[in-house]
Order: sequence, then C-alpha cells, then structure tokens
Amino acid sequence: MNFRARAETIAWGAQRASAAVLGVCVLVHLATILYAVRGGLTAAEILGRTRGSAALALFYGLFVVAVSIHAPLGLRTIARETFGWRGGALDLAAAAVAVFLVWFGWRAVGGLFG
Amino acid sequence: MSATIEARIWRGGAAGKFETFSVPRRESQTVLDVVTFIQRKLDPTLSYRFACRVGMCGSCAMTVNGRPRWTCRTHVARLGDGPLTVEPLANLPRIKDLAVDMAPFFDKWAKAGGKFVPSAAEGADFARVEPESEARRQADAGIECIGCAVCYSACDLVSWNPDYLGPAALNRAWTLVNDVRDGGQEARLSAVAGDAGCHACHSQQSCREHCPKSLNPTASIAGLKRASLRAAWKGGA
Repeated sequence: MNFRARAETIAWGAQRASAAVLGVCVLVHLATILYAVRGGLTAAEILGRTRGSAALALFYGLFVVAVSIHAPLGLRTIARETFGWRGGALDLAAAAVAVFLVWFGWRAVGGLFG
Repeated sequence: MSATIEARIWRGGAAGKFETFSVPRRESQTVLDVVTFIQRKLDPTLSYRFACRVGMCGSCAMTVNGRPRWTCRTHVARLGDGPLTVEPLANLPRIKDLAVDMAPFFDKWAKAGGKFVPSAAEGADFARVEPESEARRQADAGIECIGCAVCYSACDLVSWNPDYLGPAALNRAWTLVNDVRDGGQEARLSAVAGDAGCHACHSQQSCREHCPKSLNPTASIAGLKRASLRAAWKGGA
C-alpha cells in the first residue's frame, strides 16, 4: 500500500473510532448534566464538584481528543466535496483545526478541573 | 390507460432540449421499445445505445422519469399513465440524444485495479477454489455486474467529486480482492484507498437502491474499507 492510501485509510479508521468514542462521551455528558442540574445549579457549585476530580478530568480530556480527531477529518471531507479543495494545503488546514480544538479544549478542561 | 404514450425525449448533447413524441401503447412494452419505435418510425436521427434487449449487456441504461434504469427491462405500464421522460444517464458526458460517453466510467475500472493479475505461472494447473469458502461467496455477491453504469449515474458522490471511482469500479475491485488466484492486491488496495476511493463513500446506498441486478456495491465498498484498514494496520496488502 502506498503512503497516500495508507494515510487516507488511517484517517478513515481514526474518524470511525473517534465517532464511537464520541457517541459514548455525548451520552455520559448529557446524563451527567441532567443528573447534576435536577435541583438547579450555580457556576460555583459546578466548579466545586469538578475541581480536583481526576476521573472527570480524564473523561473530558478524552472527549476533547475525540472531538479534535473527528471534527477536522469531517471538515476536510466537506471541503473536498463542497469546494473541490484537495491536496497538502487542505491537510494542513485540517491539522490546524485539530491543534486549535486540542488547545482550547484542554484549556477548558484545565479551567474546570485544575 | 390512454392509447398513446406522450414520450419526452432529450435531444442534443450537453446543450439541448426535450422533444415530445406520441407513441402507440402496447402490451408488455418496455421503455427501450418506445425509444426504438421513435427511432424507426418517427425520427431516424435519434441516437441511443442498446444491444441484447434482455438485461444482459448493460448498454441501454438511461434516465427514465428522473431515475437511472435499464430500459430493456423497464415496463412502461409500471411507470404509470403520465408522460414518459427519457434522458441520458447522469454523471457522464452527453454525446448526442440518449447516448453518453462511457469512457470515464470504464477508465475508472482500470484505475481501481479492475484487471485480474494472475499469481500462478503460465501453464500451472487449475486453481482449486472452494465454492463455499468465504472469499468465493464474497466474490459471488458482486460478480454479476453488467457494467450498465446505473449505479454510477445514481451516485451523489460522483456528482460531487468527478474523480471518485464510483460503485461499479469499486465493486469490481472487491470481487478481485476476494479472488485467491489474484496476485495484484497491494497495488489494488493502494488504488482503491486513495482520496477518491472507497473511504470517500458515505454509504448512502443509492447504488444498491438502483442496481438493476440487485447487487449491493455499498457492501463491496465496506469490504474494501475493512480490507484496506487491515492492510494499513499490518503495513502491507
């Protein structure tokens, strides 16, 4: 298998695997929200529960990684099909989106759980 | 049912317009019968393509009332009493009237590694392929393709990305991936796993919905996705 075919195949596999992780993460996230706000909730109460929780930090860290893999690959496909954009510049743009999502996602995780 | 069929037929190439003909309605009449009547009795300049007339050769496919179909096996009576609209297949260059240029379609079969590459030396004995083996059954599921390009015409992805190899070419590649006699798997998987290959398929199954032979190219493409992932993981074909 040549390099391009292998790269496309790994990208496809990564998007499918990250979609599976995201499916679970979204369900857990929604269930947590519904459970946590059942009696009303303030920002202070949220931070009180999240700060110092290694398990929640690990869960949302994984959530950020899955989003950072899944979303850039999906946007790359949309750019190809809608605008006919192909090649190395598109791959770089997708990588930039991934870096952006990881950076800001982990900053948010750090803010909530740090 | 009225005694005549109002047939709107595309005339011209990429630029053209519909021309309406009145054709006598007959029992067990196919869309190809209607087109042939027009060409033989009403307008001999009408261009279209057909050969076997019995659903074997795959050459008479056209767009009928907005859907790609094999016209020799499409009965007019089943399409209702309204006007019959016949156009050339979508996603292929229009040559004249109902004839399209099939070259891009078959070029992609070649690009997808659709040629058998023998692994045995010349003069070797016949290969033994167990009919019940998994590979043989996978190949059997896609082998009856007649190359009519109905799936190619129905595929949204081909219309979005003209480089996309398309369902028929990928289905052909899948039958060869499952051919234990073939020795060209590494090159074939490289050909089908590029950015316009199997991983671009969204599994919308329009090809399966329209295939006149009731094949499932989407399943073949899914097989190629799995095979290429295994090859990428192992570092070979």
